[in-house]
Amino acid sequence: MELVCPAGSLPALRAAVEAGANAVYTGFRDATNARHFAGLNFGERELERGIEHARARGCKVYLAINTYPGTAGWPRWRAAVDRAAGLGVDALIAADLGVLDYATERHPGLRLHLSVQASATNAEALDFHHRSFGIRRAVLPRVLSLQQVAQVAASAPVPVEVFGFGSLCIMVEGRCLLSSYATGQSPNTYGACSPAAHVRWEQQAGGLEARLNGHLIDRFAPGERAGYPTLCKGRFLVGGNAYHAFEEPTSLSSVDILADLQRAGVAAIKVEGRQRSPAYVAEATALLRAAIDACGSGSPAPTDAWQRRLGELAEGSQVTLGAYHRPWG
Amino acid sequence: MSIPELTLAPIPYFWPRERVFAFYAAVRDWPVDTVYLGETVCPKRRELRPADWAAIGQRLEAAGKRVVISTLTLLEAGSELGALRQLCRETRFTVEANDMAAVNVLARLGRPFVAGGPLNVYNPRSLARLRAAGAERWLLAAELGRDDAAALAAAEPAMTLEVLVWGRLPLAWSARCFTARAENRSRDRCGFVCQRDPDGRLTRTRDGRPFLNINGIHTESALTQSLAAEYPAVVAAGARALRIVPQAEGTEQVVAGFDALRHGADPGATTAALAPLAPVGTCNGYWHGQAGAAELEAAL
Repeated sequence: MELVCPAGSLPALRAAVEAGANAVYTGFRDATNARHFAGLNFGERELERGIEHARARGCKVYLAINTYPGTAGWPRWRAAVDRAAGLGVDALIAADLGVLDYATERHPGLRLHLSVQASATNAEALDFHHRSFGIRRAVLPRVLSLQQVAQVAASAPVPVEVFGFGSLCIMVEGRCLLSSYATGQSPNTYGACSPAAHVRWEQQAGGLEARLNGHLIDRFAPGERAGYPTLCKGRFLVGGNAYHAFEEPTSLSSVDILADLQRAGVAAIKVEGRQRSPAYVAEATALLRAAIDACGSGSPAPTDAWQRRLGELAEGSQVTLGAYHRPWG
Repeated sequence: MSIPELTLAPIPYFWPRERVFAFYAAVRDWPVDTVYLGETVCPKRRELRPADWAAIGQRLEAAGKRVVISTLTLLEAGSELGALRQLCRETRFTVEANDMAAVNVLARLGRPFVAGGPLNVYNPRSLARLRAAGAERWLLAAELGRDDAAALAAAEPAMTLEVLVWGRLPLAWSARCFTARAENRSRDRCGFVCQRDPDGRLTRTRDGRPFLNINGIHTESALTQSLAAEYPAVVAAGARALRIVPQAEGTEQVVAGFDALRHGADPGATTAALAPLAPVGTCNGYWHGQAGAAELEAAL
């Protein structure tokens, strides 16, 4: 299985390459990609240097143009596709039908991967994109059980890539407007979920409050560890009970089931985290590299030790198998 | 300018069988032109079989309505794809595709279809691509507003643009059932607890403000999007169909309100008359290019 790692900056790209990534994924420094945060991502010159660095070490570079351009934004997305093709990225990761259509027509030689943002959870959806745009790989949303991943991988017209480690999106990617409903800025169009510019921290008598554009997302008791107010990881009142109505702050880790994913025919394992530091990328990449290599070796792997170290990197210091594990649903 | 159609969205909640039959028996007399039927949220909700939906559809047709069968939004299991293929092959009604899987099946069959909101049409090139696959009507993506609606409608004048003018906004879809979670149950052993919530389950922020609405694997806005005040702008943007989402109480009055609007009633007065029918309040931010939860003055 190929190991695909996040590169939110040139230092992160170098860290991932050094730690054993087979491919890194990147984005331009604007709303054309789904990790649009201040100080992140690449300008054209930087990406050129990144590609050169990765290529010299046998690592591929993918570029995500995986948000949904509106009518007004269309020229910018089109230009981004042209730039990516001009730079010679190894694959373009896209979700929007228009972007895919344009890339197919204008750059027929450009390898296309279907982004997780395309919400394609089944073989028929993948077949549509394969027939229409000749996609060569698809990233599956983080909502399928291991058994369902195996079923999709077996019946899909293209190899599939799944998330192996990182923040857990519990909603189908590309079909979540929670952040947009609260802030007006949407993962689909702006490329950011629960954007920092809308976050406000307030010390109140009842504890530390985290608000997103005025909406109270969580309230932390004195001494309680306060996490970033990602909307779906907040605590809300349902029927009078305050709890994590959607999901606890936790990260996805598939280390325990990598061998099963391999047996299921999964082509690539993706590490989430373009917004994380180069040190994080280095450690997560090295751990996943070792774990994937161990899958092929047949000798017993120190899974518990890896899981502990990954837990230290995780949101809320907790890892979960998420939807891979059926009872999670 | 011609009078727009009124359409009724599929019932998003899990209502008992008798309630569904009674609801659509009443709809026969309502001034709606098109009725969308079927289960779009959870494959486990099977109070009605395909034959039941077909029977309801036939009665609505006999009452002069156009009928569309709407498909599941999130397909995860092979069995769900099997059911989708069978539905697309066998139904004599038009199908609304809520996932690219349905688009693929319908395109293969050469059947014209309605492109549902979850297909994420944000630009003319995407819309053209769906038209090429057979879409003849499309629902504006939930987070888009007036400017995108107008641009898209102008780019594809032969297609019918439908806009959600009344209802809680569809915001997110998950593999996890949040209603079951609220009851400390797993989705596999949900016990169909969502049937206790004919209007979904209100979720408040911890300072008590209504925020979201849990409906199984689907999360909606707590506030009802009402574009009654924006009626002239919605029509001017090119909408030729106005979609109303069924709710537990008051759907008939909502339909009557929008029917009055399309026959010349005053948008301001109608908005005021409809407002109390929204269970916890109204919003219209998306139409104005703002946060969906915002409530702004109508720009006429």
